[in-house]
Amino acid sequence: MGSPAAREMLEVKELRIHFPTEDGLVRAVDGLSFSVDRGQTLGIVGESGSGKSVTSLGILGLHQGTRAQVSGEIWLDGENVVRAPAGRVRQLRGSKVAMIFQDPLSSLHPYYTVGNQIIEAYRIHNHVSKKAARAHAIEMLDRVGIPQAATRVDDYPHQFSGGMRQRAMIAMALSCDPELLIADEPTTALDVTVQAQILDLISDLQDEFGSAVIIITHDLGVVAELADDVLVMYAGKAVEYGSADEVFQHPGHPYTWGLLASMPRLDRDRQERLDPIAGTPPSLIQLPAGCAFHPRCAYAALNGGRSEREVPALRETAPRHLTACHLPLWERRRIRAESVTPPADDPGLVPGEGAR
Amino acid sequence: MITFIVRRLIVTVFLLLVVSMITFAIFFLVPRLAGQTSFELASQYVGRNPSPAAVRAVEQKLGFDQPLVVQYGRFVKGIVVGAHYDAGPDRTYCPPPCFGYSFRNQQPVWPMLMSNVPVTASLAFGAAVLWLAGGISIGVLSALRRGTVFDRGAMGVALAGVSLPIFFTGLIALQLFSYKWPVFPDLHYVPFTENPIAWARNLVLPWTTLAFLYAALYARLTRAGMLETMNEDYIRTARAKGVPERTVIVKHGLRAALTPIVTIFGLDIGLLLGGAVLTEFTFSLHGLGLFTILAIQNSDLPEILGVVMLTAFFVVIANLIVDILYAVVDPRVRY
Repeated sequence: MGSPAAREMLEVKELRIHFPTEDGLVRAVDGLSFSVDRGQTLGIVGESGSGKSVTSLGILGLHQGTRAQVSGEIWLDGENVVRAPAGRVRQLRGSKVAMIFQDPLSSLHPYYTVGNQIIEAYRIHNHVSKKAARAHAIEMLDRVGIPQAATRVDDYPHQFSGGMRQRAMIAMALSCDPELLIADEPTTALDVTVQAQILDLISDLQDEFGSAVIIITHDLGVVAELADDVLVMYAGKAVEYGSADEVFQHPGHPYTWGLLASMPRLDRDRQERLDPIAGTPPSLIQLPAGCAFHPRCAYAALNGGRSEREVPALRETAPRHLTACHLPLWERRRIRAESVTPPADDPGLVPGEGAR
Repeated sequence: MITFIVRRLIVTVFLLLVVSMITFAIFFLVPRLAGQTSFELASQYVGRNPSPAAVRAVEQKLGFDQPLVVQYGRFVKGIVVGAHYDAGPDRTYCPPPCFGYSFRNQQPVWPMLMSNVPVTASLAFGAAVLWLAGGISIGVLSALRRGTVFDRGAMGVALAGVSLPIFFTGLIALQLFSYKWPVFPDLHYVPFTENPIAWARNLVLPWTTLAFLYAALYARLTRAGMLETMNEDYIRTARAKGVPERTVIVKHGLRAALTPIVTIFGLDIGLLLGGAVLTEFTFSLHGLGLFTILAIQNSDLPEILGVVMLTAFFVVIANLIVDILYAVVDPRVRY
């Protein structure tokens, strides 16, 4: 690598992942850049189809050998995953970077015991005896909080509860002590009561193992709890990127506002309706011209059609805070100031509403 | 697991009993319902142009004049412990399992059946090895190279294999490799215990012909199963762990895709053991299939009855083995 600071565990530069289909080219990820430092947590947020999962599979090099066209750079601890030979990428998978998936039941093989699946993961990257690997598997299960790990190690995934399965997935992912852990919606398929436990577990283990974590979610609550940095994605691009404090306190992109407004909050009146973002995510084959978000943006009309013509660049609006929006910063600050905790009887306030 | 097997065994015994009832009904109840008297029924079990006295003797000897329940009892008893046929001085003992005496040569049916089993078993198991190896590997390759020339070609051949009857492919194979280029001339069954090499050499053509039909079917099944399982989340997990692709395909993908194939294989092999009728006929192999054809041509009722019972027995046993295998193969099956 050009040797950027050794602190950086992962640096993604201008990543593009495109899938040729019969209907046209799907631009799942289109010019994405971000980085994660050691021991830090990055939260990637966005709706379904915004390219979050495709990005994470790209970091694991799982698009190799498929029809996907990957360009750009993914520097994983000094190695470019995009260019590295398949054999090398396979060695990195599981040992340097590991992943936890959304649905632990379908992500675990139904025909093998939980223990055997952990043992397999461990023995691929470590030349140890089966017995030693088994002891390690039991230890890992114990560490992720599975009671009676020594007997549960021989259970099949269907004998575990949902939360326990996700714990087992985490044990498997951490069995080779990866330096980067990617958690793709790790709590979406789980019971609400279990979600917090799993998040705490990830956070505790991160402290213990010192690994960097990327947590992919559409739940801003999860990000607020765990992340140091936040990357908001829309239609394959970053629309807002910055430290979690900055993004939550001064969200600078209308899409982020929408995400925040559509999140239930306990400190608000229960009668107040949640505010969903109007419209649906765009087709990734025929993206709207200009800013991909403009058809759904209540404020796009405020800058004389510029959002419809020009793709906004990701610009720094404050230290460690970037947004991709054509609206002048002062205008966005004004809108934000007016809309935060609006009076309950004021339905208007959205200047763009009349124009749309 | 033990209780599961015991439970399945009990069900199997019950199933065999039902099979015996149905078979008995077909041979002894249906004719009566159709209006046949026991005298007429007995006349089918005597030689040509019998005297009424001879028919009466047989009627008594085989017990057709007795109530159906008693007859069924005798039928089952004969299978389990053997039967004594006695009418006056003419007394014979038929050792178990007794299906009666063949009309053709006055021999008990069971030993005749048994002498045919090795031929059919050799044919069925040999072909099974070929079609499993061929069908599954072609299916896997097709699934992995979906849409390529190989996939389309293989699936085209598979379609032909499923559609072409044995007496067509078999005759072509015979014409080409036994007559035109006599690679396998003068085909006849040689027992394995006598000369294993001759046994195999003489069975190569029937094996491949039969296996071609089944391999085609299994290739299509495997392909469909693999296409499904290779898209499963746990395959992605395996790859994310860094598992080498070959292991992903075999240990994670094929392992899951094979489960339904185990079921179908059990049924296929059970049915085949009862006689690969077309293959045996085409290649003149004297197994259960050919035996069945001859029995039907001769209207040899005891022989037909024996074959039906034996085939049903094989299918039921194959089912039992599949059930047990299933519990071993898929841990989610509760036993």
